[in-house]
Amino acid sequence: MKEEILLSEMAFLKPRRSVDGIPAFDCPKDSLVKAAKILRDKFECQSLADIASVDMGEDAGNARFGAVYHFFSHTKKKYVRIVCMCESGERPVLPSLCSIYKGADWHEREAFDMMGIVFDGHPNLRRILMWDTYPWHPLRKDFPLAGKEGSPLPPTFEDEDEADKVIPAPLVGGPFHSPSDGTAPFSTQKEPRSVEKFPDNCTEAEQ
Amino acid sequence: MSKEFTYPEPPMLSEGRIGEKMILNMGPSHPSTHGVLRLKLELDGDLILRCDPIIGQLHRGDEKIAENMTYNQFVPYTDRMDYLAPIANNVAFALCAEKLAGIEITERCKAIRVICCELSRITSHLVGISAYAMDAGSWTGFMYCYTQREKICTLFEELTGARLTTSYSRIGGLARDLPDGWLGNLNSFCNKFLPALDEIDKLITRNRIFVDRAAGIGIITPEQAMQWGLTGANLRASGVNTDLRKDVPYLGYENYDFDVVIGAGGDCYDRWLVRIEEMRQSVRIIRQAIEKMPDGPVNVANPLISLPPKDGVLRNMEDLINNFMVVTQGPDLPEGEAYFEAENPKGALGFYIISRGGGVPYRVRVRGPSFVSLSIAQELLPGHNISDIPVLLGSLDFVLGECDR
Repeated sequence: MKEEILLSEMAFLKPRRSVDGIPAFDCPKDSLVKAAKILRDKFECQSLADIASVDMGEDAGNARFGAVYHFFSHTKKKYVRIVCMCESGERPVLPSLCSIYKGADWHEREAFDMMGIVFDGHPNLRRILMWDTYPWHPLRKDFPLAGKEGSPLPPTFEDEDEADKVIPAPLVGGPFHSPSDGTAPFSTQKEPRSVEKFPDNCTEAEQ
Repeated sequence: MSKEFTYPEPPMLSEGRIGEKMILNMGPSHPSTHGVLRLKLELDGDLILRCDPIIGQLHRGDEKIAENMTYNQFVPYTDRMDYLAPIANNVAFALCAEKLAGIEITERCKAIRVICCELSRITSHLVGISAYAMDAGSWTGFMYCYTQREKICTLFEELTGARLTTSYSRIGGLARDLPDGWLGNLNSFCNKFLPALDEIDKLITRNRIFVDRAAGIGIITPEQAMQWGLTGANLRASGVNTDLRKDVPYLGYENYDFDVVIGAGGDCYDRWLVRIEEMRQSVRIIRQAIEKMPDGPVNVANPLISLPPKDGVLRNMEDLINNFMVVTQGPDLPEGEAYFEAENPKGALGFYIISRGGGVPYRVRVRGPSFVSLSIAQELLPGHNISDIPVLLGSLDFVLGECDR
């Protein structure tokens, strides 16, 4: 894919320095969806290979966060790189590409989880690698490598939304489960086979 | 499989169901989820209506870790991504950094890397298909595959000193050259492996129970596969002719004679067939690489990139300084950004590196093929029965270490 041909179709793109031979462009935030649509329909880029979220550091001001999109054409066997920066360093927002590439779904969720970029129009923007109640975005440059003090733990099974409807499977009595130590996760669970209920003639080994 | 064969229709969502829904959690430690994957399923009887894969239990923050160490120090972390094909990950990361710096590695290094990548493709596929076969009920097939995999692990041990955590590649070369007689061992392994593979093939591929469970299940159309960004064997099983070794050649793959294996139907059975045949092609590549193994050094001669030879370090000052600088400061890479995808056993493993110069990357992004393969589960699983899940997950052949990174 020639850079000039791509530029003639998409005048809003600006060429970007590339050392690895992949044609690279900067794209304004508002034209990203349009660019992806043109790449898919006119330039046979059937796949969105990757979305990499980037944090250029606190010095970069409003151009701090962004995402790097790599598109791949299975017919031409070529990559295209599009870089799109958010307009705000405080509340980074980018348009979602889920309506054009289904594969964008999880990549965008990961970028949201790790970098805190909100993807406008994503049908299901939740955290993916960390749990939903985790408060921070660990890939940001101001997040320390060792983590922060007081990170909340992931919710237990009972804390989840449908917890009142959950009927735990009867695990007690299995080979890997000790019922009597009081630390069993399903504390509300009735033990289906407590020791008292065994008939008197049952030997200790069978219990 | 002939073209006249038609697959049975998948069960309709509404057919004869009372519509009472149940939410079932499968995992995170379930034998058929190949790691710590939790599936939140919405069921109507045994029919899956909705599937929400919950990942992240193996998340270690590899991308964050990479920003805080030199390029060579990150190589051992790549072992732990797809831990069934560690050398292929090492090589992919080194290749990306070399692409960023424009380093041309030596011919001998290329050939050794090709051998390592293809060997790890065989190990990874062996584990993939054996776990797949075991999920479909064949314990024997599992043991047959593991017998062969152990032999490759022994070869890796002779080569790198470790069976799984190999950490073999360095930016601009390899940790060490081939040990004496290793190529001979490799050659005799190849000779014994092909009949053993035929045996595995005969044992399971035409097995009636296996075919009944796998054929016609989990059909991914080519459009679907490309839309979701699938790569590797999963993509080729759907009939898309993309193999990065042929199409975007790296490591001199264009000089090797091999066939790209493509499926016709895109179902679980095709994904099985593709993996079996890919192992034969890998052996073909390995044999060619043994035959024309070039002589010469394995590391590039640039003192800012790779370590000087050990006797030089012990004898002269210049080499000692260079050795010290590369170890403590990291290989000196220029400013820029590079994206590179290697055709790994699980699919295209992509690295995107932003460098601001020096030996420590500014940002490393890992595009795990398993992450992408698993993302299609939310569309693929609904409409299937709960008993199909082990076969579906087994056929996608993902590794959670790479999915969660």
